[in-house]
Amino acid sequence: MYETMLVSRFFEEAIEAIYLEGKKPVFNMAKGPIPGEMHLSNGQEPCAVGVCAHLTASDVVTSTHRPHHAAIAKGVDLRKMAAEIFGKKTGLSGGRGGHMHIFDPDVNFSCSGIIAQGMGPAVGAALSRKMQGREGVAVSYIGEGAANQGAFHETLNLAALWKLPVIFVVEDNAWGISVAKSASTAIPNNALRAAAYGMPGHHVTGNDPIAIFAAAGEAIALARGGGGPSLIDIETDRLAGHFMGDAEAYRPKGELETLRSRDPIPAFANRLQSEDGLSEQDLGAIAERARSRVDDAIRFARESAYPEPEEALDKVFV
Amino acid sequence: MSSVAVAAANERRLTIARAMAEAIAQEMRIDHRVFVMGEDIGTLGGVFGNTRGLFDEFGAERVRDTPISETAFMGAATGAASDGMRPIVELMFVDFFGVCFDAIYNSMAKNAYFSGGTVKVPVVLMTSTGGGYSDGGQHSQCLYGTFAHLPGMKVVAPSNAYDAKGLMTAAIRDDNPVVYMYHKGLQGMGWLGTEPAATVHVPEESYTIPFGQAAIVREGRDVTIVSVAMGVHNALKAADLLAADGVSAEVVDLRTLVPLDRETVFASVSKTGRLIVVDEDYHSYGMTGEIIASIAERDLSVLKASPQRVAYPDIPIPFSRPMEQFALPSPEKIIEAYGKMKGRRGWRWM
Repeated sequence: MYETMLVSRFFEEAIEAIYLEGKKPVFNMAKGPIPGEMHLSNGQEPCAVGVCAHLTASDVVTSTHRPHHAAIAKGVDLRKMAAEIFGKKTGLSGGRGGHMHIFDPDVNFSCSGIIAQGMGPAVGAALSRKMQGREGVAVSYIGEGAANQGAFHETLNLAALWKLPVIFVVEDNAWGISVAKSASTAIPNNALRAAAYGMPGHHVTGNDPIAIFAAAGEAIALARGGGGPSLIDIETDRLAGHFMGDAEAYRPKGELETLRSRDPIPAFANRLQSEDGLSEQDLGAIAERARSRVDDAIRFARESAYPEPEEALDKVFV
Repeated sequence: MSSVAVAAANERRLTIARAMAEAIAQEMRIDHRVFVMGEDIGTLGGVFGNTRGLFDEFGAERVRDTPISETAFMGAATGAASDGMRPIVELMFVDFFGVCFDAIYNSMAKNAYFSGGTVKVPVVLMTSTGGGYSDGGQHSQCLYGTFAHLPGMKVVAPSNAYDAKGLMTAAIRDDNPVVYMYHKGLQGMGWLGTEPAATVHVPEESYTIPFGQAAIVREGRDVTIVSVAMGVHNALKAADLLAADGVSAEVVDLRTLVPLDRETVFASVSKTGRLIVVDEDYHSYGMTGEIIASIAERDLSVLKASPQRVAYPDIPIPFSRPMEQFALPSPEKIIEAYGKMKGRRGWRWM
């Protein structure tokens, strides 16, 4: 899990640096090797690894507009994902999707740029498994803002009604762009909402991968055993802006420093040293492996060719 | 064989509702991945009869009544389809698309493209259209153009039971999202009032009608009338009236709006030189403009007169009977449009 968190963080850091190429001194989203909106997942890695460590390639994950950490934890091809983010021909969809539309059917991963849109498809995938008698669960990642969408309530009801093997994971980073959760959500945590649909609700604090792993283990075992859906509400931290270029003036003074001081990656490293006896050298070797995977993927993306413009006209229908 | 010729055979006549249900049942028997979900499609058999009998044959697992949660079950259809199932999902009235359109046009319709074709979304979304029976402005729309405008969905709109069955079978076997729009006034539901000419001979055995092939349901020399669904029946009635005055009208039933058979329309207009497009959907930015543009772009010189359109005015659909009937397309309005081409005013020029 630690290595996957590092791959994710290194990947985001590499994307961040490359994203800013061509965008200084004047920030223009359309410029540089990676144009468009960019939503980085720094700080939210525990949500990805703590849940996905329980999954196999055949399980289904739908994610959000901030998808990289979950994609990496689910095992999405890192080279092809990087190439997709660059808009290259070798990308997962040949550049048609981009960073908010990562689809890798080999590991049953998809995501969407619309808040709460992945929830219905996750429920449908779970229904498909149940109807076909095929093994597998579906995990739907959403942010805490999505819990105020109609889709949230409709899909929780449907999943519970049909007792489907689906797990709803709320990554509560406390901010819906600039609006604090306290200003958008009528209850203190979204795990409470699970009770309205008769499903277990886990509330996990501390952005702690081990605690998330434990809650996810329970929820996924329940789903695999035919016990129906669960909701896991995770308090996590968004260390980056909502998107690259976000001035984050809405954050209270000092908040970012506080969040950075409790960055889950060094915290996890400390724990691995103190509780599991890993040495500096061990951690260094893990970091080395993670770094080389990211470097390889970024190099692949950089060196890949752009698609022919006319390819835009293909693949509307299959 | 054209559907009109089939109707003349007058054997094993089915309503569109029955034809749809028969096609679904036949596919469900041979493909275990096909299932149906939606509101009141189970024991009730669909508000408009198009799933009647399926629950008894296939049971609640494959013929699933849903809660009134269109966003959830439209999204679920996409997810199930991407995971290897072939869902048929019903949106009871097309007017209800507003509560679930994100799941349809932003997800169901785009996921194949976003995945570079590696993800398939074989969903049939069947939905009822049309008014004429005073159901007001949220239960009477057609919205053909809305769905046909947005990329990633095939759009089907049958005018008779023969086509309805073949198009449904083709829709279920298609690997793409297909929006199957059936007109309530053609369903053969007596309580709605129904167009009898939509109930025609339907072979018992399974067959498909390929998408993108318009049907010339009546041949003629002087004017081409293009439409879908209920509009085809208005066009045929207008053609009868025109024939009485010695005018020979050709009627083209598009059958599918996406893909659109521009070739057949162009060939017909090249022959007749005159074009009227009939649409129960709103006038502006819709099918009528699209058909006319496809001729104008290709070769204006085939036209002997300015094309005309008979479409729904750009107003919410009124409840009151005289107001609604005033706004609907009709054979009389089509004849009036022909009169305009010939420089005459009013439909009683004959």
